[in-house]
Amino acid sequence: MMQRVSRILMTVASLLLLLAFVFPLWRISLDAPQYPEGLGLRIWINTITGEKPHDLENINGLNHYIGMQKIVPDSIPELVYMPYIVAVMIFFGLLVVAFGKRKLLYSWVVVMILISLAGLADFYKWGYDYGHNLDTEHAAIKIPGMAYQPPVIGSKQILNFKAFSFPDVGGLAIVLSIGLGFAAIVIERREDKNQNG
Amino acid sequence: MKLFSKPWGAGTAVLVLLFLGLYLMGGCQSGQNSGVIGSGDAASKVYVAPGDYDEFYAFMSGGFSGNVTVHGLPSGRLLKTIPVFSQFPENGWGYSEETKAMLMTSDDFQPWDDAHHPELSQTDGVPDGRWLFINANNTPRVARIDLKTFETAEIIEIPNSGGNHASPFVTMNTEYVVASTRFSVPIPQRDVSIDSYKENFKGTITFIKVDPETGHMEVAFQILVPGYDYDLSHSGRGPSHGWSFFTCYNTEEAHTLLEINASQNDKDFIAAVNWKKAEEFIKQGKYKTMKTVYYNNRMDESTQTASSKKYTSVPVLYPKDVPGLIYYLPTPKSPHGVDVDPSGQYIIGGGKLATVIPVHSFDKMLKAIENEEFEKVIDGIPVLKYDAVIAGEVENPGLGPLHTEFDGKGYAYTSAFISSEVVKWKIGTWEVVDRIPTYYSIGHLMIPGGDSRKPWGKYLVALNKLTKDRYLPTGPELAHSAQLIDISGDKMRLLLDFPTMGEPHYAQGIAAELVKPNSVKYFKLEENNHPYAIKSEEEARVERKGREVHIYMSTIRTHFMPDNIEGIKVGDKVYWHITNLEQDWDIPHGFALKGMRTAELLIMPGQTRTIYWEPREVGVFPFYCTDFCSALHQEMQGYIRVSPRNSKIKISYNKR
Repeated sequence: MMQRVSRILMTVASLLLLLAFVFPLWRISLDAPQYPEGLGLRIWINTITGEKPHDLENINGLNHYIGMQKIVPDSIPELVYMPYIVAVMIFFGLLVVAFGKRKLLYSWVVVMILISLAGLADFYKWGYDYGHNLDTEHAAIKIPGMAYQPPVIGSKQILNFKAFSFPDVGGLAIVLSIGLGFAAIVIERREDKNQNG
Repeated sequence: MKLFSKPWGAGTAVLVLLFLGLYLMGGCQSGQNSGVIGSGDAASKVYVAPGDYDEFYAFMSGGFSGNVTVHGLPSGRLLKTIPVFSQFPENGWGYSEETKAMLMTSDDFQPWDDAHHPELSQTDGVPDGRWLFINANNTPRVARIDLKTFETAEIIEIPNSGGNHASPFVTMNTEYVVASTRFSVPIPQRDVSIDSYKENFKGTITFIKVDPETGHMEVAFQILVPGYDYDLSHSGRGPSHGWSFFTCYNTEEAHTLLEINASQNDKDFIAAVNWKKAEEFIKQGKYKTMKTVYYNNRMDESTQTASSKKYTSVPVLYPKDVPGLIYYLPTPKSPHGVDVDPSGQYIIGGGKLATVIPVHSFDKMLKAIENEEFEKVIDGIPVLKYDAVIAGEVENPGLGPLHTEFDGKGYAYTSAFISSEVVKWKIGTWEVVDRIPTYYSIGHLMIPGGDSRKPWGKYLVALNKLTKDRYLPTGPELAHSAQLIDISGDKMRLLLDFPTMGEPHYAQGIAAELVKPNSVKYFKLEENNHPYAIKSEEEARVERKGREVHIYMSTIRTHFMPDNIEGIKVGDKVYWHITNLEQDWDIPHGFALKGMRTAELLIMPGQTRTIYWEPREVGVFPFYCTDFCSALHQEMQGYIRVSPRNSKIKISYNKR
């Protein structure tokens, strides 16, 4: 059976995931000289919004010059599944606490890591698609060999914009949640050593 | 004629005074420190680093331009021209269907005027940054500018008036803005001999009620007064809240060559009006309803379209019927400005031909009224005894004192037109403590909040009437000149010279933080209830209704939709309804059409503007965007085809 401490950690880890429903998971900021007021996107568990009202429309407006597809949150199926996946993982995490089985704990952490990696890969795929799959026939600005893919994490110069992409509160909560799950594993392993030694 | 606002036209009297002034002032003027501080020091005081903001907004009247200009202080930078009483082809103000109604008056459409005195709305006697009022002198009107959008929101006409000069000064909580006749006229207007001036010509003092929520204006009542020239005004505050004060000259009631004939009396008057009493008299029905015609034009925020309402009568109070409403305070000589100190206790007259600045005491005035210390009674208006109301006289105040503002630290600053200087004096002792020359011939002066209960006593702006050699010459017509003067220390110091547009008469200043946070960046498209607005390119269309053609057009970077239109015929009545779909800061689009005989349009993001066009010629005419909007701005263009009247070509256009 799991230790009391690691059960508390797992409770916190599960409930932390609730933050993903309240705060954006990821943020993309676009810096350019003529946008002193800022311009950016927020990726939420179930939608994509502008950093300010109308930012999404304005980014879509700018993107039409390079022939990029419009970002239409309703057309992205992942934004429909994601709330269910996270809800299931919260439930799963609380089951780990209730049953106190280490195997459940291990599998929770592994599944969380896999989901997160899959999410990042998916994010990369969408970014690649937006950045490369351009309507060159109607684009006003065509630069041979130029792609407009935003970074998954970090910053990159895209024409006049410097794009910054970093996890937001919701995304950090998931990372922390996995961290706490991992800490629970470490505590459990140490406990084993103590008992064996 | 206002003697000193157009001195170049006033002729010999001014010259005589000028020479007399130089003679009298000779000794005191020479040897005066010019007040210019080391140029490096001055530069650092007015330097606003790139990207930084000015500390104050300054609103300057445009005078004969009919506009208001917005400057930043201390830099003096020009930030915006706000069209008010004059058509402005640059953005279509007064030409577009939405704004034409703003310039309606009982004299029909009035596309120009002479705008004199900006006045900020006040709450508890302090500028609150909500609205700016300004008067039109020629066709008597008062406008209200909304400081969220820096656009004119309302213009009300003043009935029974000629030359609305003593206007639009506010009461302590903007309960009212006032108006009055500089040029007395037959009231009601009728065909009489000008020689019958004394018998037939009257003045009016008007109180315009301001709705505290919406700012909407309506004429509350008028007071019929003797036919003098009512010149300027300020309202009481603190103890004198409830009273408004108006200077008048030409108590001689001259009707020709006023520069001589209206300069005979040693004293003219400041009229003190008890408007709280007036409210009671109105409630008691002690007024007469006078038939007249005047317009109120208001911009509807939701449709962004102005409409005019015609009024046909006004309640008028006759001083004879309602004793206690109004008193005259004798004031030397041909007074121009009347200013109330921050405490509300002192009423200062700018007697432009006087050798002293008279300061009346509000308390003494009340006592004199109570004790009936009257010199005489004119048309039911008691004239109080000068000695009974005077608190003090500022000696040697410069020649031609006009206007006084305050620093909130116990000092007053009076502009002296003839001796071309600002004179600083102490309230209470009435001594002159400092003076500084201005370049040249100062009219109004302005301290941010300087006519309120709490002035920001840091800078003073001198608004000069003559420019001469201050800037690189630009032919006979020169910009007016203003000087920024540091009044934070004991000695006034000249910091900056900057040109102003039109002829700023008065100006107002306010701390930027009271206005800046409320400034609208763009209009929200979802709140645009213009009847011809479209919310997306898919709704763009062209509809014919007989001879009328309505073009529902959109703009977004970087195209018009539609941008090819055919089926228009010579003599059609074409309405271009253009909605700017942008929802981004500082992305207006322009619209210009070859053959448009009125104006171009500037359409702000989220806004709809309509311009009317009657094509006269057959052909294909280009239109394009006049406000550089994106890298492909030059591509933002289109064509409209005009066919002969008898053509069978149907309306067609490209679609999204």
